Amino acid sequence: MDRLLPLILLPVGLIALGPVLRLLLEGIGFGDGFTTDHLSTVLSRDSTRTALVHSLLTAGGGTVLSVLIGAGFAFLMALTDIRGKAALVFCLMIPMMIPPQITALAWMQMMGPSSVLLKTLGIAPPLGSPQPLHSAGGIILLLGIQHASLVFLTLRAGLRMIPADLVEAARMSGAGPIRVWAQIVLPLSMPALIAGGAMAFVTALGNFGIPAMLGIPARYSTLPTLIYQHLVGMGPSVLPEVAVLALLIGAVAVAGVLLSRFMLSRQGFGLVGLSGVPLALSLGRARLPVEIALWGIIFAILALPLFALLATSLIPAYGVPLTAATATLDAWKEALFVQPVTRRAYGNSLFLAVSAALILMAVSLPLAWLMQRRPTRASRLLDALIDLPYALPGVVLSIACILTFLNLPFTDLTLYGTIWIILLAYLARFFVVMLRPIQASIAQLDPAMEEAAASAGARLGRRLRDIVLPLAAPSAAAGAILVFLTAVNELTVSALLWSSGTETLGVAIYNLEDSGETVMASALAMSIVILIIALMALVQAGAKRFPKGVIPWQS
Amino acid sequence: MAELKFSNLTKRFDGIPALDGIDATIGSGEFVALLGPSGCGKTTLLRLTAGFEQPDEGEIHLGGDTVAGASRFVPPEAREIGIVFQSYALWPHKSVSGNVSYPLEVRRIPRKEREARVAEALELTGLRDFADRMPSQLSGGQRQRVALARCLVFEPRAVLLDEPLANLDLALRSSMQDVFSMFHRRTGATMLYVTHDQSEALALADRVAVMEAGRIRQFAAPEVLYREPADCFVAGFVGDGAVVPARLTGRSAPGRVLLSVLGQEVWCRSATATPSHVSIRPEAITLSDDAKLRSRITGCTYLGGRFRLVLDAGGEALVAFAHRRAAIGETVGVSIADPWAFCDPDADTLMVQALTRA
Repeated sequence: MDRLLPLILLPVGLIALGPVLRLLLEGIGFGDGFTTDHLSTVLSRDSTRTALVHSLLTAGGGTVLSVLIGAGFAFLMALTDIRGKAALVFCLMIPMMIPPQITALAWMQMMGPSSVLLKTLGIAPPLGSPQPLHSAGGIILLLGIQHASLVFLTLRAGLRMIPADLVEAARMSGAGPIRVWAQIVLPLSMPALIAGGAMAFVTALGNFGIPAMLGIPARYSTLPTLIYQHLVGMGPSVLPEVAVLALLIGAVAVAGVLLSRFMLSRQGFGLVGLSGVPLALSLGRARLPVEIALWGIIFAILALPLFALLATSLIPAYGVPLTAATATLDAWKEALFVQPVTRRAYGNSLFLAVSAALILMAVSLPLAWLMQRRPTRASRLLDALIDLPYALPGVVLSIACILTFLNLPFTDLTLYGTIWIILLAYLARFFVVMLRPIQASIAQLDPAMEEAAASAGARLGRRLRDIVLPLAAPSAAAGAILVFLTAVNELTVSALLWSSGTETLGVAIYNLEDSGETVMASALAMSIVILIIALMALVQAGAKRFPKGVIPWQS
Repeated sequence: MAELKFSNLTKRFDGIPALDGIDATIGSGEFVALLGPSGCGKTTLLRLTAGFEQPDEGEIHLGGDTVAGASRFVPPEAREIGIVFQSYALWPHKSVSGNVSYPLEVRRIPRKEREARVAEALELTGLRDFADRMPSQLSGGQRQRVALARCLVFEPRAVLLDEPLANLDLALRSSMQDVFSMFHRRTGATMLYVTHDQSEALALADRVAVMEAGRIRQFAAPEVLYREPADCFVAGFVGDGAVVPARLTGRSAPGRVLLSVLGQEVWCRSATATPSHVSIRPEAITLSDDAKLRSRITGCTYLGGRFRLVLDAGGEALVAFAHRRAAIGETVGVSIADPWAFCDPDADTLMVQALTRA
């Protein structure tokens, strides 16, 4: 057992990192001999340049908005004495867990001339006026909201590391709360703010759902939507060109990360002192207005769009206003029980999400143990690179997977068009989501636990089963639920990998909306939102049983 | 129960020796303490014995079997050695009886016998009423007892204890010391006990191995360590008192030499004819007004029942006990009786280390 275990590194490394490597090779003409033709043709096209500029503009603008919302919430929640923090955090996390295409759909139902909610309230703009969200501004707004929680989480974790006595020392020196924030807290939390901003930028860059729903109708293409339109329009023959575009996004993402690392290296402070004591600067009389403002923002970015989505899902046909007389659950019935496509999508997505979660759980447990207790050069390398498939934009991984599995090595078989290619892509993409919580819990496990079992006479297999497995199980369960949550409504990867019969929920909603079935799309989307919130609540209910750092929205 | 023997045992971490040629034999049923400052290699020796680390050189024998050596390495699960960790390492997902019965489950002992042996082990450690509790519901001392019960239940060939009292408060420590003594008397187990607390080592062990920088400095009974330390390190580390250099006068008798200590001629106990230092314990010093050796009082602390005085006699610090409080700066006469003299050629460097550590 001790000798066989390291063999697990090989398949994991191949599935997680093989496709990315294959994509890199494609850029320089792998298969047809070394060439830079594709590189120069694609990069010199106008459409590429436009899409690149659009991508940078929307991702950059979205990041600024994310930083404003996320940092505002983080500072107020980590530093002041506002009430109901746990509920606020939970609500702020929901936009991150709701898939982007559903966010876009919900917002479109809230604005524009055909909004059921606005019509019902009688304040809809006149027919024929444009949907304001079908624009660069709309994309920026939704990207900003979608990824605000990334900034929030990173910054809040950073703020918790600031020793409370630093703030107390500043106050003893005579600084008021505003001065403390501006001159002590802000400089010290800069690294976390930069890191959170970089994460938001990279994620926004790779976002497909929002620019697809809002940009494509307005002929405003970003790099991910350009790749999608190329591939869907012309099929696998354009793969070499599309690979170059994928590499271009990857390069921009990596450049963003490197820039943030560079900025971080100039910002580092060694923090000395006791951390962990939560700060609670008194807001005094401003507390109630601040609380109202925060809940108002939550209402505007979360509750309102979801109300609009719900309203749309309850009407009999698009265009009919929602009244007590017209309200009906027909669309729900149609979407959940009648339509074969949506039922198949539910089946596929559930199958993919459950399989990915189970397979990753089974592999991650021994792998995490191996990385922690028997580190080798190979396992450290894998540890460092395993973030890559998750950090790279989803389209990049999809193209990489198509390239790798289009022709299985040494055979004529292809996985393209089957559900297995989606499963493999999910395994690669979500590996790190599963691995990190388990790693965290094994790292916190006293090695003496296992040594005690060894001296009691238990061999390695028995120790893993009797001691490590039960103690890491809560984290494994949390990791599995996170993988399930992320995988069940994934769109970016499956948008490029699906074919008739292997639609996922993300694809189904996108296609329904695309073909004008907005009411059914809303019903399907609403059912997914309910599923997600229920699962999040389940994780939240078990929060006390998980080690620190396992649940992303609790640190 | 088995004899434990180390021969030329050496372990390096990144090329730096943590253990440097350890030779020692621990008799069957003997209670031995490994005593030394942190980083001296005592825990490494324990982990090598348990099988958690592999030696770079040398061998470990347990009851005549080689369990670690150049060509042979028995993994910990096959050594039949019990260990009690400093952190107790109780499995938090198993109840007290679940923890204690695990070694028997691994050995496929039939349920009936298993239950009887678990009950017996819990009885012996005074845990009968706690069998169904979870470790998180126990106090520190109770957790310690569970760890002990878990290790004695499978009748190991030797029992290792890694600073088992370090996490307990003072009052609990002395009562747990009694538990260990009782446990050793009842089971007759071969026990190896790691500690940096000399009072624990001296109180519990049949013999104490004083370690420093990866070597055993002296391996002897507690009273021998105190009365007849082998070198400056042992004299300084074990017990209270002073170590001062001495000059030979040329006169000696069987087991005694006359030395010049702090300018006074003193008869000393010694095992060598050419000692270089003497160990002066506080009891060897008598304070009187008319003694020829004069000293100045530089420190006075109350120990309960008596005062501990630090004296400056010609630049050397001495330690004495007194029944009355003394004023700092006061001058008193000192007479030294019956100190122990030994030869320690490496003394200079060692003294510096011992002093900086203190």
